Amino acid sequence: MTETLSGAQITVRLLERQGIRLVTGYPGGAILPIYDALSQSTAIRHVLARHEQGAGFIAQGMARATGEVAVCMASSGPGATNLLTAIADAKLDSIPLVAITGQVPKSMIGTDAFQEVDTYGLSIPITKHNFLVSSTEELLEVIPRAFEIAASGRPGPVLIDIPKDVQSRAIDVDTWPAPGHALPAPAAAAGQIAQAAAMIADAQRPILYLGGGVIHSGASRLAVDLAEKAHLPTVSTLMALGALPVDHPLSIGMLGMHGAPYTNLALDECDLLIAVGARFDDRATGKVAAFCPQAKIIHIDIDPAELDKIKTAHVGIVADVGDALAQLLPRVPENARETWVDRIQALKTAHPQPLPGLDNPRSHFGLIAAIAACLDDEAAIATDVGQHQMWAAQAYPLRRPRQWLTSGGLGTMGFGVPAAIGAALAEPQRTVVCFTGDGSILMNIQELVTAAEQQVNIKIVLMNNAVLGLVHQQQTLFYGQRLFASEFQAMPDFVGVARALGIGAVDLDQASDPLAALKDALTRPGPCLIHAGIKAEEKVYPMVPPGAANRDMIGA
Amino acid sequence: MNAIHREEQQALARAVLEIDVANHPGVMSHVVGLFSRRAYNVEGILCLPVGDGRQSRIWLLVNEDTRLAQMIRQVEKLEDVIAVRRHHAEHAVFTELEDFFRP
Ligand SMILES: Cc1ncc(C[n+]2csc(CCOP(=O)(O)OP(=O)(O)O)c2C)c(N)n1
Repeated sequence: MTETLSGAQITVRLLERQGIRLVTGYPGGAILPIYDALSQSTAIRHVLARHEQGAGFIAQGMARATGEVAVCMASSGPGATNLLTAIADAKLDSIPLVAITGQVPKSMIGTDAFQEVDTYGLSIPITKHNFLVSSTEELLEVIPRAFEIAASGRPGPVLIDIPKDVQSRAIDVDTWPAPGHALPAPAAAAGQIAQAAAMIADAQRPILYLGGGVIHSGASRLAVDLAEKAHLPTVSTLMALGALPVDHPLSIGMLGMHGAPYTNLALDECDLLIAVGARFDDRATGKVAAFCPQAKIIHIDIDPAELDKIKTAHVGIVADVGDALAQLLPRVPENARETWVDRIQALKTAHPQPLPGLDNPRSHFGLIAAIAACLDDEAAIATDVGQHQMWAAQAYPLRRPRQWLTSGGLGTMGFGVPAAIGAALAEPQRTVVCFTGDGSILMNIQELVTAAEQQVNIKIVLMNNAVLGLVHQQQTLFYGQRLFASEFQAMPDFVGVARALGIGAVDLDQASDPLAALKDALTRPGPCLIHAGIKAEEKVYPMVPPGAANRDMIGA
Repeated sequence: MNAIHREEQQALARAVLEIDVANHPGVMSHVVGLFSRRAYNVEGILCLPVGDGRQSRIWLLVNEDTRLAQMIRQVEKLEDVIAVRRHHAEHAVFTELEDFFRP
């Protein structure tokens, strides 16, 4: 059946056909045709953010929680530039997003028209791919392709910039393209799998090194199976937390700059490193030349450009890590590896993660532990960026893939609140906790209004130390204690702010029984801010100074 | 560029990359941007459409550098790139153009 439809209607129909049921964004002149068409859709619900960056991170929260491609929208000019940070963040953490931006009409592009920016040019280096759509017909090709690209291989953000006249023009459509989905990844070469299996069998002190790719590929179960079968002590990057339950006997925690002492020391001793969906990020490796100095390396990644980028692998396998692990698993012999497992146990006992104050809910670790005690593994944990993020990474008992939503690669303050909203919108059955700081929360505080409007079940735990903690820490440790621009002179009444923006709030500092107040706040449905004062002097320990070897930890 | 500098430049090992791409506005920025963001100078660029014009071929002259293998992999990852071939620096595509580049 032939229908005459505008580009905007075609766009909305293609999103519907893609299975999209929730989009988030912020309107403006150049995207109004699409918003008008969206208003007529019965399938798609639009959540209005209060800032385009908020929309970008809400979409990220949806994508991170579910693994599905999420959609955000903004208008031209400032709308598009406001989205960019969230897109760059998605690129570095390989999160599948489709961002749709309005653009000035084609005839006005290049004239410095009102709210014209070169969104295409600006987004080249921060997207996996981008499109400037030059005709209404092209939408039928570009939109499914954008979803395919976002989801295929190593996932990532795709931006589609659509001039207003392309949105408004009507054309006849008689056939619809198939929705775009992830294309199958190339299979691992059998020879390399055999070689990797042999290396694992021969290794005396192997370590399995899991990265975010394990989460993206849905390969956590297989990674655990491999670890168990061959008794491989397993480290996780910040992005892989939850792939292996922290309390699994083979878990040796998070590696790197704020990894546990035993974790980094164990890596120093390993003779084989099996990197799976990990990219040897500098925060994970420390000084690369000193990272796993004795180890041979097996590197499995879906992105060929990651192999040999930082460390040359002895065996480099380009494959979906789930496929590769599934092939590897039957070929790796069972091995109890008692000597190595005992050695790891000895390292754990001798060099534990310092967790002071674990049973005091008025201290940072105690607060995190008390929150975890109120929740089960179905809860999702989002964070902002700073000390609170690292403390949560160190102390929250993450046990489920996609339980942990954090900005790893870009480390964007302001990520937490909107990402938590997105996760709660996508999975309303969950309680979503967001650990944040007094600096980070202000970067997207306006989204508390979105949270109030949507009544999402998010619990924002504000660890208020009245400083930009991680900056304060670096100035204290590495800049002769010259604290500059890291101590706030004015401090808002956060509890009052939260209430004024429409969400519930509780101040644990004022509560005579903080545990009871916490439990009450966490179990009452709907959005809530939980405020807790933290001492500014608290540090994230251990810490590997930037550029140092991971074995050289301060505070270990 | 003075004479000594020029000789130094030529003494550096060079490589020529032949890149088949989808022909549309922006593809050049995608390719060249990968080099510029790494402060990796592109010494020479040539680009013309091939066949019916749906594809173009970009020729790049670049200095040999330990990063070149990584660069090629990054270029190969671009959606608009169909194929990348690597040649040695004496490839005719640039040497035959030298007449157009006399100081
Ligand atoms: C958008 C952005 N700007 C600056 C930084 C640099 N930075 C990293 S952590 C940090 C301090 C964060 O302070 P806060 O949110 O209060 O958390 P805390 O470290 O005190 O727990 C800063 C400024 C950043 N990561 N992101």
